[in-house]
Amino acid sequence: MSLRSPLGKVLGTGSAKQGVHHWWAQRLTSVALVPLSVWFVVSLLSLPSHDHATVVAWMGQSWTALLLVLLVLVGAWHSQLGLRVVVEDYVHGAPVRTVTLVLLMFAHVLLAGAGVVAVLRVALGAAP
Amino acid sequence: MPPRPLSPHLSVYKFKYTLTTSILNRFAGLALSLGLPLLVYWLLAVAGGAQAQARAMRVLSLPLMRPLFAALILAFSYHLTAGIRHLVWDTGRGLERKQSERSAWLVVGVSLALALLVAYCAWLAGARAL
Repeated sequence: MSLRSPLGKVLGTGSAKQGVHHWWAQRLTSVALVPLSVWFVVSLLSLPSHDHATVVAWMGQSWTALLLVLLVLVGAWHSQLGLRVVVEDYVHGAPVRTVTLVLLMFAHVLLAGAGVVAVLRVALGAAP
Repeated sequence: MPPRPLSPHLSVYKFKYTLTTSILNRFAGLALSLGLPLLVYWLLAVAGGAQAQARAMRVLSLPLMRPLFAALILAFSYHLTAGIRHLVWDTGRGLERKQSERSAWLVVGVSLALALLVAYCAWLAGARAL
């Protein structure tokens, strides 16, 4: 027997059975970002210089390219999940909130895509 | 439809270590989100060739970028250590008041030490590049 009221059923309020997905994705991305971000900071700071030739040689290694692509993708995903919660907490009023959430999503996909294309261009030797 | 419940009203809470460590983690996360476009800007510059990268490096080494990088280093160390604290909590450990108070101070201490270490290494790397 369902304890939900007929009115509640019609309005469609209540669990959408997706409550755990956001939480779980946030945990997964945060666990992945611990090694990824530490690797990035350590290797960036241990490069002998940050001029073009050095950085291109570094990014040209398969491992570096792979980890950079993962860092950009997982970082953007984690950032989108986090900013989404901030907007949901502090931006009130459905139209403004929805538009903000859509723009945030688009911005993150754009940033992630641009970052991946940039790394791949360098790694595949297509950068001038 | 009746108004849905709203969360968090910061002004009604007393500033205790629980609230402080939590809101600092959120601010650090916000700061790191601003670091993402910066990272992509640098990657695009590297992909754009030697001239584009040299131009980006000139922009990134402007004096007004210094406080931004300092904030990013602080945000990185804090979000990393506080995030690990959250992951430990997710296993059901360390949730007692005494333990959580101790881990709060641990996070503050470790993140400050880590930030100083990263800043020192960044300074060394900057000096090496000159």
